[in-house]
Amino acid sequence: MAANWTIDGVKEALAAKKVSARELTAEFYRNIAEQNTGLNAYLALSPERARRQADNIDSLVAAGGELPALAGVPVAVKDVISTRGTTTTCGSKILENHVPVYDATAVERLEAAGAVILGKTNCDEFAMGSSNENSAYGAVKNPVALDRVPGGSSGGSAAVVAAGLAVASLGTDTGGSIRQPGAFCGIPAMMGSYGRVSRYGLIAFASSLDRIGPLATNVKDVATVLQVIAGRDPLDSTSAAVPVADYGAQLGESVRGCRLGIPKEYFGDGMDPGVRAKIEAGMEIYKKLGCQLVEIRMPHTDYAIATYYIIATAEASSNLARYDGVRYGLRENGDSLISMYRKTRGAGFGAEVKRRIVLGTYVLSAGYYNAYYLKGQKVRALIAQDFEDAFSKVDAILTPTSPVPPFRLGERTSDPLQMYLADIYTVTGSLAGLPGISVPCGRIDGTLPVGLQIFGPAFAEARVLQLAHALEQSGGATL
Amino acid sequence: MKITRDDVVRVADLANLELSEAELETYRKQVDDVLEYIGKLNELDTGEVEPMAQVLSGDQLADATLREDLVVPCAVAEDVLKYAPDPEPPYFRVPKVIER
Repeated sequence: MAANWTIDGVKEALAAKKVSARELTAEFYRNIAEQNTGLNAYLALSPERARRQADNIDSLVAAGGELPALAGVPVAVKDVISTRGTTTTCGSKILENHVPVYDATAVERLEAAGAVILGKTNCDEFAMGSSNENSAYGAVKNPVALDRVPGGSSGGSAAVVAAGLAVASLGTDTGGSIRQPGAFCGIPAMMGSYGRVSRYGLIAFASSLDRIGPLATNVKDVATVLQVIAGRDPLDSTSAAVPVADYGAQLGESVRGCRLGIPKEYFGDGMDPGVRAKIEAGMEIYKKLGCQLVEIRMPHTDYAIATYYIIATAEASSNLARYDGVRYGLRENGDSLISMYRKTRGAGFGAEVKRRIVLGTYVLSAGYYNAYYLKGQKVRALIAQDFEDAFSKVDAILTPTSPVPPFRLGERTSDPLQMYLADIYTVTGSLAGLPGISVPCGRIDGTLPVGLQIFGPAFAEARVLQLAHALEQSGGATL
Repeated sequence: MKITRDDVVRVADLANLELSEAELETYRKQVDDVLEYIGKLNELDTGEVEPMAQVLSGDQLADATLREDLVVPCAVAEDVLKYAPDPEPPYFRVPKVIER
């Protein structure tokens, strides 16, 4: 199940005519046919679209000349991202047969760069979850250890890359949903700054937190995919106008002298000792590479989960109000319009989604708005300030991605709060709008992957990638 | 206990969500636990803090000048209605709203 193809590898093989895009696409679909039932990572495949694109690429190869950045590269797209003509379910029954009539901007950009879109990946319902066990279409298995979760909510996107069923994938991250599955499946996975990638076509969970980002088998490929999808989009008014840097330019440059902040609050009691040992080994590598490790304080870290679960659920309760059975998706008939709404939503949403809608509606409701939502927004400002203060002293911040290694399927499903607390290291950067990557940092007992997280200042994706690349090239995955 | 069964009923009404008795009790307990946990935010004095309502600052966003009001084709109605629950092109059909 080792992932052998990289973006460079695909393009070289195509240019050297060792394989055609059509043949490569067929190879991936064969592997998917063999392995997907066991993993449950893909929810839908788009073979017609893929073959059409493969044919385009084969024509380009025959004509000679330069190939676009992702020519012939088989990619997968998380099922909360709209793909024209292919079902986009968000892992929910309420959108079981929903077929978008347009592509998300990120998908358009992938295809314009030559990528072959194989299909849609499984995820927690409406991106709400940390284990991919909240999908209405069943859990995803971690390819590295089949009795374990792949992480969530982009569990499918991480699993397909780790299993060699896609060369790269798009996931989404609201509170950790790209980074943590990357960590659990042993692959690099990144979210750019809020606004770095257009959210047009991303089915919304929490509008001030959602981001689309890449997962791949190596850091250079993560950088390449981010380069393709990043940049201002007039269709998303929250997309940043900040120019897109050259993410490949700094990869491989020395990180000597880089100041890396180690926040004391992320290394407390809740961390699994196996995770701690691997992260410390990763930190040793950075020391050997000439980085300066600086202990920093981020005093509002402990309030991040509470803040996140107020803001994210409040925004979700608003964004999910549109699922009413009128225009798309599931409809359960009722004798009145309101009855139709209530029955449709009662039947179509899973438990975690309903729980968050209840919580989110409550914290926004009259009499509670100030105590919860407004308070949450103020604490969010304090958390963002912790990062700003830190970045006046250091160039990047190192933390574990997850306090625990990949847990077993069913292990955390009975207590929602326990599941929420596992997000403790990732939600902080989400709230602050900053870029973050998870890069492989060893495996506990040689099996369970650990991820090291790197946060950078806003729009410093190039620096974050450079640091991740340095760990990878120094053997981070096998520590 | 921060949240009662009546609170959950009221909130479910606001959210147009039909919940069974069992669901009402399960969510009441679970949301209660979370609200209890969220209460820790009261440890912080945020009197002087501006809420972080937006993530990006003005200079990170594009010029907010309105664009030209140009009409561009958007012929999606047929495709959209193809997948609607109860289409009667060019309409979406729903239970009657206005009683005569």
